[in-house]
Amino acid sequence: MRALAEILWSFLKIGAFTFGGGYAMIPLIQHEVINHRRWLREGEFVELLTIAQAAPGPIALNTAVFVGYKLRGYSGALAAVMGVVVPSFVIILAVAMFFADIRDNVWVDAAFRGMRPAVVALIVAPIVGLARGLNVWLMAVAATTALVVWYFGISPVWFLLAGAVGGVLWAAKRGKEAQR
Amino acid sequence: MIAMLVQLFVSYLKIGFFGFGGGYAMLSLIHSEVVVRNGWLTNGEFSDIVAISQMTPGPIAINSATYIGYEVAGIWGSVVATTAVCLPALTIMMLLTRFFLRLRDNRYVQGVVQGMRPVVVGMIASAALLLIFPASDDGRSFIDGWSWAIFGLTLLGSWRKINPILLIVVAGIAGVLIYGL
Repeated sequence: MRALAEILWSFLKIGAFTFGGGYAMIPLIQHEVINHRRWLREGEFVELLTIAQAAPGPIALNTAVFVGYKLRGYSGALAAVMGVVVPSFVIILAVAMFFADIRDNVWVDAAFRGMRPAVVALIVAPIVGLARGLNVWLMAVAATTALVVWYFGISPVWFLLAGAVGGVLWAAKRGKEAQR
Repeated sequence: MIAMLVQLFVSYLKIGFFGFGGGYAMLSLIHSEVVVRNGWLTNGEFSDIVAISQMTPGPIAINSATYIGYEVAGIWGSVVATTAVCLPALTIMMLLTRFFLRLRDNRYVQGVVQGMRPVVVGMIASAALLLIFPASDDGRSFIDGWSWAIFGLTLLGSWRKINPILLIVVAGIAGVLIYGL
């Protein structure tokens, strides 16, 4: 049995140093849980990434649950989640308390005017690579989702549900064809 | 106050539950709950939080929960929103850790995963559209030609795999030089 403190400490480190989130943190997790602690084997790590991407929620969080749960069950999962969440919680809380006082400062305002278009660029950047993997029909689904969510302010949840249902119907149709 | 906390809890539970595709895909969901549905933030404030999240450690979903929770209902608001956004991942991942490997090759599970993929791409694109062309004038991300120049250069930098934190910091410095002096 692994000590809960060890799990907590490892994920505190991961939580405190994963800037940019998402895929940027995978090498760090890999180093900590495979090379340093030897909690998982390489094969298990690939398995972990598959599951963490299929599940909803931030990849960092999903990874923490997986590793914690494998090592110590429920309490392990909880310790790992605490580890990932606490650093970002403390830092953002400090920012939120402090930010209101400086938000109207001329320099801060100017800096944010510069950062806003950069933020949009960082969001746009991965779209090209992701869209390349889609055929014409799927691209049409992506484009429809983007335009309707943006223009009509409809929650993307409906599109996720429709995508899931569509995927199941498609799988069923393929299954019938395969039987013939 | 209690009603506000309940609303925060419900909104972030929803964001956690439907947050497929991670980070940027979750942005359109967060925007839909926080700006469109509840009006807790303006477009500009939303964009600022995304920028702050880029510069601080941790997943953006958690950062936004903590920040918006505090804005809406103080420290308890942060605690409630942050807990709510983590709960679905916690329960769903524990279930999947036990069962997913057996289910992975199931045709219908594959169908669900494949069917949501184009939607996730569309959600990321909608987050970008929401910030470029917001519903109201308040808090536009693009105010002049400089904005588009910063956008273009950051896009190029990102495609060249330059560290996103560095890109944001440089854009902030550019902002100070262009608008502050």
